[in-house]
Amino acid sequence: MSIVEVSGVGKAFRGVHALSDVDLSVAEGEILGVIGPNGAGKTTLFNVMSGALSPDTGRVRLAGDDVTGRAPDRIARAGMVRTFQLMRPFASMTVAQNVGLAAQHHRLSAKALREHALDVVERVGLGPWAHRNATDLPTAGLKRLELARALATRPKVLLLDEVLAGLVPAEREPVLDLLATLREQEGVTLVFIEHIMAAVMRLADRVLVLDQGRVLAVGSPLEVTSDPRVIDAYLGEEPTHADA
Amino acid sequence: MSTITIAAPTGSSEAVKAPPLRPQNKQLAILAILVLVAIPLPLILPAAQGAVAVRILIFLLMAVGWNIMSGFGGMFSFGHAAYFGLGAYTSAYLLVKHNVSPWIGMLAGMAVAAAVAVVIGYFSFRYKLQGAYFALATFAFAEMLRLIVTSSTFANKSVGFSVPLIQDSSLWLIQFPADSPAYFWVALVLAGAAVAISIVFLHSRAGRYVTAIRDDELAAASLGAPVLRHKLMTVALSAAITAVAGAFYTQYYLFVNPDLGFGSAISIQAIVPVVIGGIGTVWGPVVGAIIIGSLTDVTATLLRTPPEFLGFLQGRSGLDVVLYAVLVILIVRLLPKGIVGTLAARWRR
Repeated sequence: MSIVEVSGVGKAFRGVHALSDVDLSVAEGEILGVIGPNGAGKTTLFNVMSGALSPDTGRVRLAGDDVTGRAPDRIARAGMVRTFQLMRPFASMTVAQNVGLAAQHHRLSAKALREHALDVVERVGLGPWAHRNATDLPTAGLKRLELARALATRPKVLLLDEVLAGLVPAEREPVLDLLATLREQEGVTLVFIEHIMAAVMRLADRVLVLDQGRVLAVGSPLEVTSDPRVIDAYLGEEPTHADA
Repeated sequence: MSTITIAAPTGSSEAVKAPPLRPQNKQLAILAILVLVAIPLPLILPAAQGAVAVRILIFLLMAVGWNIMSGFGGMFSFGHAAYFGLGAYTSAYLLVKHNVSPWIGMLAGMAVAAAVAVVIGYFSFRYKLQGAYFALATFAFAEMLRLIVTSSTFANKSVGFSVPLIQDSSLWLIQFPADSPAYFWVALVLAGAAVAISIVFLHSRAGRYVTAIRDDELAAASLGAPVLRHKLMTVALSAAITAVAGAFYTQYYLFVNPDLGFGSAISIQAIVPVVIGGIGTVWGPVVGAIIIGSLTDVTATLLRTPPEFLGFLQGRSGLDVVLYAVLVILIVRLLPKGIVGTLAARWRR
């Protein structure tokens, strides 16, 4: 059964079609990679799914409910949570407070909330930073904070916008492990935008390729990477996985 | 994820430990001490200084109200005169026309101000007015209210209301002999409660949502923070506290008219102490109110009896506004986070 269903979504900015007639469906517990060249509409798709933007056409359904155009906070509380490609920490708060905030709507006791926050902070490897101001974190730390906050909401569906970007290869592995564990142990459904093809190949069950706002291909990582149209539009001669 | 952790921050060993006393308890304890120290002040100070102390507390109420919305919430208001005036006029109207105790009038004024703030807020947020546009909208609403009141018969048009005098003093009617310390104590209770509420609010879950929304609204919403509800809660609380200042002001000066209640000078008086003390800090309004409240007295004295070399000031007005302006320029240039904000930042380093 699909937990996320996007049908016929279109979005234009001043006449430029960022998304046209995009369909996608994600099964519960599935990991879907989203790839495509810059400007293909990947982040716009997340913006529409998470409620940051209303689509011009089409619907977004979460667990059977139509959430099209709902306020982002309602979609997040319904269980679909996104991260941002550019980190957006709450500058006046500590790392632990940033994370705790994301779990507030679960109405835990003060003690349980604090423990949950510290637990998640620990889990993403930010333990030593828990009581430091979030803006003290280096880039890699801020990336993890994005992830930690999203995790703290206890999402059903996680929309990850380039969580690996800006990380050196040694830093990527633990993040990929964490994401795999999330699905295995908690059944979290993941949709992730990623430029690093090695990560996509390793993590994704299926891959969706966007190009100029349209779905170019959907399929298993192998199918997609051997699709001539995908190679032509995005991958080129070689997968561009370097340090994008 | 255990294989790699982000390199620990320098000096991390002590940073990992949670603070020993929760910050709100520490702040409430400091507040309790400040209030206790202030209680005997009107008995010690000469009468003229006692009046300055009351003025400081009125400034403090306004500053705390403004700081909740514009400091904690990041919604810059240039129209807090609207809520000050609604508090003043609601309590004065109920007292003069219906003989209702100003305490009840104060509560009614808080409710009216909060309700109006929610309506103004709802439409501003609904149509995504932000930054300067939001500030202009708040200014426009305050001016609109001033004009409505000036032309409304039930509010006595431009004449306003005078509080009917009684023979003896009465706490129920908040009326005492002119130099009674009771005015100070009433104001102290109100201002102390306002600061306490601002502390509790800042550290509550709602307060955390509010500061997160201020820091990054879309990020907060994306994590499930109920944005609209918390913004409206913030403006309502801010307006209610500002209304208390208006209601008390009317009882203390026994008089209110459209300019004293809704004039743009009132909005400025709510902003200036916070800018000087430190926007978004708990103690900024306190420090700012003490400075600005004392300054108004200094300027008034200077204008009444200027020293010889400033003889040209005799009988002029507006010096306080000039001084505010100079102070604000200096603070914004030299201490952009205000006195408290700058000190706190130094302390942390």
